Amino acid sequence: MTTETRPPEAADSTGRGVHSPGRAAIAQRHLRLDRWWLPQVMTAAGLLLFIGYSTWRAFFGLHTSYAAPYVSPFYSPCLAANCPKMDGGADWALFGGWWSLSPALIVLIFPLGFRLTCYYYRKAYYRSFWSSPPACAVAEPHAKYSGETRFPLILQNIHRYFFYVAIPVAGILTWDAILGFRDPQGHWGHMGLGTLVLLVNVSLIWAYTASCHSCRHIVGGRLRHFSKHPVRYRMWTWVSKLNARHMQLAWASLFSVGLADLYVYLLASGAFSDPRFF
Amino acid sequence: MSYEATFRVWRGDAEGGELTDFQVEVNDGEVVLDVVHRIQATQAPDLAVRWNCKAGKCGSCSAEINGRPRLMCMTRMSTLPPDETVTITPMRTFPVLRDLVTDVGFNYQKAREIPSFIPPQGVKPGEYRMQQEDVNRSQEFRKCIECFLCQNTCHVVRDHEENKPAFAGPRFLMRVAELDMHPLDAAADSGLDRKATAQEEHGLGYCNITKCCTEVCPEGIKITDNALIPLKERAVDRKYDPLVWLGSKIGLRRG
Repeated sequence: MTTETRPPEAADSTGRGVHSPGRAAIAQRHLRLDRWWLPQVMTAAGLLLFIGYSTWRAFFGLHTSYAAPYVSPFYSPCLAANCPKMDGGADWALFGGWWSLSPALIVLIFPLGFRLTCYYYRKAYYRSFWSSPPACAVAEPHAKYSGETRFPLILQNIHRYFFYVAIPVAGILTWDAILGFRDPQGHWGHMGLGTLVLLVNVSLIWAYTASCHSCRHIVGGRLRHFSKHPVRYRMWTWVSKLNARHMQLAWASLFSVGLADLYVYLLASGAFSDPRFF
Repeated sequence: MSYEATFRVWRGDAEGGELTDFQVEVNDGEVVLDVVHRIQATQAPDLAVRWNCKAGKCGSCSAEINGRPRLMCMTRMSTLPPDETVTITPMRTFPVLRDLVTDVGFNYQKAREIPSFIPPQGVKPGEYRMQQEDVNRSQEFRKCIECFLCQNTCHVVRDHEENKPAFAGPRFLMRVAELDMHPLDAAADSGLDRKATAQEEHGLGYCNITKCCTEVCPEGIKITDNALIPLKERAVDRKYDPLVWLGSKIGLRRG
């Protein structure tokens, strides 16, 4: 997006942005008195927390990725031969035995791409990590700006392809949650706290996926005549209601997927036993 | 109840200026514009301020209050701490004329660059019939009062003067979206693809959807979610989605 960064002092002296010739001569880059930086700091902290945790788990979590009957959402589907045996789960060794790294890396690229190109997360990291802008009416430190008009950021336009992939991934996680209605020996008709954790997680993932702006466009937003497509119009209104909560769902699903993984990790590492409901 | 407030108002013109302090009385129920008028009436009769309706409907009194783009007539004094200085400056994206008045001609130039509504063939004025659900989206955008606060706060032009020729700004990209969603607009029949021109001629790609336009809109229009992102998705339909392209070629996809 931007190719050059200069300190604020230099920005002031070059006559750029709010200091351009002809604009009101005000020395300060902004005059906001509120804590405009707080949301950005909190966003950055939340994202960094998740990035740190998920990186650790993705690279080093293989042996604690499955605690029958629960599988970590980071490792499902598991597409390499070095996956743990998941009874009835999505351990499909499509990549064969040559893949020696963590199998999570094969799959996580898709949810990562989905969230990285998500319209909400774009806003979040453009503001928090790139200060573009740091906050509304707070001058950014960059000398040039081309937005999403050129490579690499023009690739943000492939968001809908990640959305297409996110649907089967959410479907597999749903199946994983259903498999949670078994006991560790594989008998159906049981439920534990882990089942609830996976159900809540997959519900939030579905809600986040369905609230996606690309989804909203595809189900009906692209139409000009809603009156000619009543079913799609109805679907669009539903997705629009979810879409209004996209930010909240983005955060809720991000933390739920991390907590679901943490729960499986704690079970698999023997920290405690899964409380069984029936 | 009344109290004495400290106002710091930018005074000057394109040649230069400074923030000037005023001690001024504030009464219950007043808005910032009332206090600015009191300064004008009692202390600075030559203070330039643009205003008209005092009801948040004309979009004239746009300014920056404590660094935040706001309408002066819609900013209640009760929302500002009485013990803090209230700083008022003109909008900082547009050339200043004098004091709080800026030259917003940039916006009128951009408005002229957007091709207007193209009437459908064979339907005379007065014969237009549209379903409510087909015009709901456009009607939200018609609430715009053209205060240009969204244009002012958008960092694409606020922080980068050089982008002004290429970028129409949120208000006018919203206008493109409004027309592209209009059930009777016949632009496509006349060879005008608004989805493509939004990106190629009006700078849609510059928008990085950081939602400041939505945050400052006094009409509460969801500019980013309901206009800019849908317009980006429509541009993706045209330029980056081979499935949609193929569908349109074989006649499966029509709006």
